[in-house]
Formats: sequence, C-alpha cells, structure tokens
Amino acid sequence: MHRFANPTRFLRLANALLPWLGVAAVGLLGYGLWLGLLNSPADYQQGETVRIMYVHVPAAWVALAGYSTLALASAAFLVWKHPLADLAARAASPVGAGFTAIALVTGALWGQPMWGTWWVWDARLTSVLVLFFLYLGHMALTNAFDDPERGGKAGAVLALVGVVNLPIIKFSVDWWNTLHQPASVLRMGGSTIDPAMLTPLFVMAGGYFAVFAVALLLRIRALYAERRLRQLRLSLPDA
Amino acid sequence: MSRRPYRSRKNRRLALVIGGLAFLGIAVALVLTAFQDSVVFFFSPTDLAAKEIGPDRRVRVGGLVEEGSVTRGPGDGEIRFLVTDGNTTLPIRYVGVLPDLFREGQGVVAQGRLAGGTFEADEVLAKHDENYMPPEVADALKKQGHWEPGKPMPGSGS
Repeated sequence: MHRFANPTRFLRLANALLPWLGVAAVGLLGYGLWLGLLNSPADYQQGETVRIMYVHVPAAWVALAGYSTLALASAAFLVWKHPLADLAARAASPVGAGFTAIALVTGALWGQPMWGTWWVWDARLTSVLVLFFLYLGHMALTNAFDDPERGGKAGAVLALVGVVNLPIIKFSVDWWNTLHQPASVLRMGGSTIDPAMLTPLFVMAGGYFAVFAVALLLRIRALYAERRLRQLRLSLPDA
Repeated sequence: MSRRPYRSRKNRRLALVIGGLAFLGIAVALVLTAFQDSVVFFFSPTDLAAKEIGPDRRVRVGGLVEEGSVTRGPGDGEIRFLVTDGNTTLPIRYVGVLPDLFREGQGVVAQGRLAGGTFEADEVLAKHDENYMPPEVADALKKQGHWEPGKPMPGSGS
C-alpha cells in the first residue's frame, strides 16, 4: 500500500486504469439493464416490479463499499498521515452519498407498490438513512476548516466513528424485526435468488462498482490537482 | 538518526484507532441491546401476548396471514384475518385498502391497537420474503413438496 502512497505512481496507475474501467462500466450497465429489464423472468410474488432490484440492490452494495473505502482511507490518513489517503477519503464521500441516495430513492419506489408504503422507520431503512447523513457530515466537516490538514483529520475521525453503522446496516434484518426482507445473497446456506435473476443482478453490480471506481479515481485526480495548485499559489511571492 | 520513535508513534496511533473502534462498538452494542424494544419494527403475536399492552398504545404486529383465514365484510372495505407466528394466532380487523402483495401465507405488518382479543389495525403493510424466482420454478418446487412459501428455499444457490 505504501508504494502507491506516492502520488505520481498512483496517478500513473489511475490514468492507465480509467479508460478500461469506463469501458467496463458502460458495457456492464448496458448488458445488465438489457438482461434485467428485458431478458429475465418476472417474480412469482412480485411480478415485473422485481426488476427494481437490479438498480436498487447494487446501489446499496456500493453505498456500503463506498463507506468502507472512506473508512479505510481515513484510518490510513490518521495512522500513516499519507496526504493521498486524505484525498481518497474526500473523494469517496460525495460518490458514496450519491449511491446511498440512489438506494434510498429506488427503495422507496419499490416499497410503495410492494409493501404499500414509501418509507417506514424500521432498522434497515433508518440505518441506511444514517449512512447518508454520515456521508453528508463527512463532506461538510472536511471542508469546514481553513487548514485542509485539520479538516481531513476531523473528517477521518467522524468517518471511523461511523463505521459502527456498517454491521448495523448489514445485520439489522437479522437482529431485529424489520419490514425490509432478510438478506438474499450474502447469507448462510447460499443465495435465495433464482440463477436467472442472480446473473443480471451480478452484472449490474459489476457495472455499479466500475462507475464507483471511475468516479473515485477522477475525483482523487481532481483533488490532487487542486491541492497542487493551492501549494503553488501559496509558494508565490505576494504580488 | 534512529527510525524507532517515528515507527512507534505510528503504532500508537494504529492502536488508538483500533482500540477506539472496539470501545465504540461495545458501547453501541450495549445501547442497541438496551433499546431492543424500540429498535424492532413489530412484535410477533407471541411477544404481544407476553407484553400485556393496553388499548391506548399503538403498536405493530407482524406474522404470516393464516391460510384460509381472510374474510371480508360486513362493513365496506372491512377485512378480518388471522396473523400467526407459529405459536400464537391473533385476529386482526382492518378497514381500508390492502397492498398488492397481501395474500394468505405471506408476511404482513399491521399497525393499530389491541382491543379485547382483536387487533384493530389502521395500517396494513405487506412484508415480502427473501425468495426471488420465476413463477414456474415456484410451482415446480411446491409440486415436489420441497418448499413452503414464506420459508427460505432449501438448498438454493448451490
């Protein structure tokens, strides 16, 4: 990991990866939507509405993976003080917030026809809403200081405190009674989704993760350029 | 110049982060355990019977709609059904529109008050289970008697 803490080496790798990730994102999302919307069976209970799963579930997965990225980057920044880790954390939170918002909105659109309600305050829905606010809080806190070093530190502490929410989200449906159904894919005893539906779900998940990676790398690159510009401006003698 | 103090500072920060997370995790686990009753979205009929909740408290009860228990009327839009968790069965009365997914043998969550022995619901939500499959597969599984709706599929995903 320390090898890639060198910004030049990291950017070289990111620039080499970005076009491939972009192609993968477009290809997987296109193929996944075609499979999910047109070439997969309707559900025995939910009918055609089950297709919302293909846009909802991967968004929720990326929302959780995005927070894990944010937390790991924050821990690396606090422990090893790599400036690049700070940039990665700052890059991750708006992207993660975006995917969390997609999960919340598509979940509401799915809940209305199936459960009969847009929103309930059950443990799963509430903990994902908390995740969304943690992302927003991280964005606000990191930019609330004039000194980016202090902002990054404060944000990193907040991000690590929020890590307790991740197991709560994942296991909320097992620990407590919720309206949200229990896990279907990552559960003991294997998936309870038919293979004909699991394939489009995994293809879409691949596409979502590729979009996340593209957005994350682009943002790290932009934040790095911004930081360099700031340093150059500070090094200039006052005109 | 020795590298030692530099390294030990890092190790101390790492220990601080890990230790802090461990303590935070324990604290949150204790709080969530203490507030168990507020975190659950609904009670099962068995929980409800054990809790002796008065008619003035609005609660949610959830379980499976018992097969063959749904009757309509006499009032307009009035519906009565039994909700069971396998041990206890609770009669529910509801006036209103039911969600699409409401059917016998499937999960529901009703919100309302316990009046006498009947639960007077003012809202009924459908709870769907974790199984997703095409109708043909569901029929085939049911025909072979391998699986009962509302339960996780046996040997799925293998």
